[in-house]
Amino acid sequence: MGEIVSQIAAKYNYLAYIALMMIGFYAMIAKNNLVKKIIGMSIFQTAVILYYISSAYKTGAGIPILSHGTGHGHGEQVIRAADYINPLPHVLMLTAIVVSVATLGVALALAIRIYDRHKTLEEDEILEQLKEK
Amino acid sequence: MSPKFIKPLAAGLVFLAGSVLAYASLEFPDWGDGNSPAATHVSPHYIQKSLEETSVPNIVTAVLADYRGFDTMFETTVVFAAGLACLLLLRVFRTKPPATRYFRHLPTGTVVEVRGNGLKRMPRDDFAPIDSDWVPDDLINRTACRIMIPFIQLFGLYVIAHGHHSPGGGFQGGVILGAALILLALSRDLRFTKTRLRESSTGLMSALGVFIYAGVGAFCLLSGFNFLDYGGLAGILMVDPVTARSLGILFVEIGVGLAVMATMVLIYNNVASGGRMEEGL
Repeated sequence: MGEIVSQIAAKYNYLAYIALMMIGFYAMIAKNNLVKKIIGMSIFQTAVILYYISSAYKTGAGIPILSHGTGHGHGEQVIRAADYINPLPHVLMLTAIVVSVATLGVALALAIRIYDRHKTLEEDEILEQLKEK
Repeated sequence: MSPKFIKPLAAGLVFLAGSVLAYASLEFPDWGDGNSPAATHVSPHYIQKSLEETSVPNIVTAVLADYRGFDTMFETTVVFAAGLACLLLLRVFRTKPPATRYFRHLPTGTVVEVRGNGLKRMPRDDFAPIDSDWVPDDLINRTACRIMIPFIQLFGLYVIAHGHHSPGGGFQGGVILGAALILLALSRDLRFTKTRLRESSTGLMSALGVFIYAGVGAFCLLSGFNFLDYGGLAGILMVDPVTARSLGILFVEIGVGLAVMATMVLIYNNVASGGRMEEGL
């Protein structure tokens, strides 16, 4: 029992992202309102971002910006990889955040167009209107 | 399927997916493990060599714009394409003129309602057109935003220009600049924002940003280097190849910032006005 608890305590970041992902996934499938589905998509994206960012962390390491003098070519300066957190997930998520804002804009634009035609954002009402035609 | 079953089915699916992921995460490295697979392959090379190879102390910026330059170029293209998709989905070019127009008499604050299509604008200068859903003339908001917006824009430019040495870069600075213009639109209205940044300018600037990025890459190609290998800029900038990489990163970051800023404003304007570009916050 104690072993499982210590295993969970060492990996609680994964549990946090799984919880967020489940909330977003549920909203995307089960919610009837399209704007709530879009909010669920945003929560899902946040979960993925949290997962990547937490995988970048190293215990005791600082932000991935080197301390330096002027110019370049500090050959004598020793840079230890353990002192800086992994920059790669930060790079990937930096672009992912901006792209998620852009996809949110496109999703809202689609929702506005659907509202213009059907005068509702409730999924079941839209499906009924489509069946009638 | 009846909608009654959708919610329990969705809950079941979500718990199944969550428990599979939780089971898989038992095999994952611990939080903060310095020897995890993600931290051992290319990551130490980036940390140890990026200052030597690109002369950029912010490793995130160096990886973003140099080592992974292709990825970032296409991310910028995705942002541009999203703005284009918003424009094509929402923009309505032929609209019926509204049956009723509203004007505010500026010295007294009286609102005048004009019915019919005859009067497009009031004959005197002290009348200003306002939205039909009546935005109140809020002096406090207007003044506070007028004071704040220049500083927000200055900070956005700093974040773009200083992205090599401190947290920042084109994406972040572009979003800050876009947010400043959206704040302007929130504190005044869409009509006023369009006098500051025209609709055609937002479209042109988002395309120009992508063009600057791809153009820098193509210029490197012309001087005999690989696409987006900024060492090729050394000849024209008259610096050594390592400094040329640092400057090349700055050029593409400016392109990214321009594209992101213009696209944010484009998306906001279209979504806020429903594509009619006449009224809206």
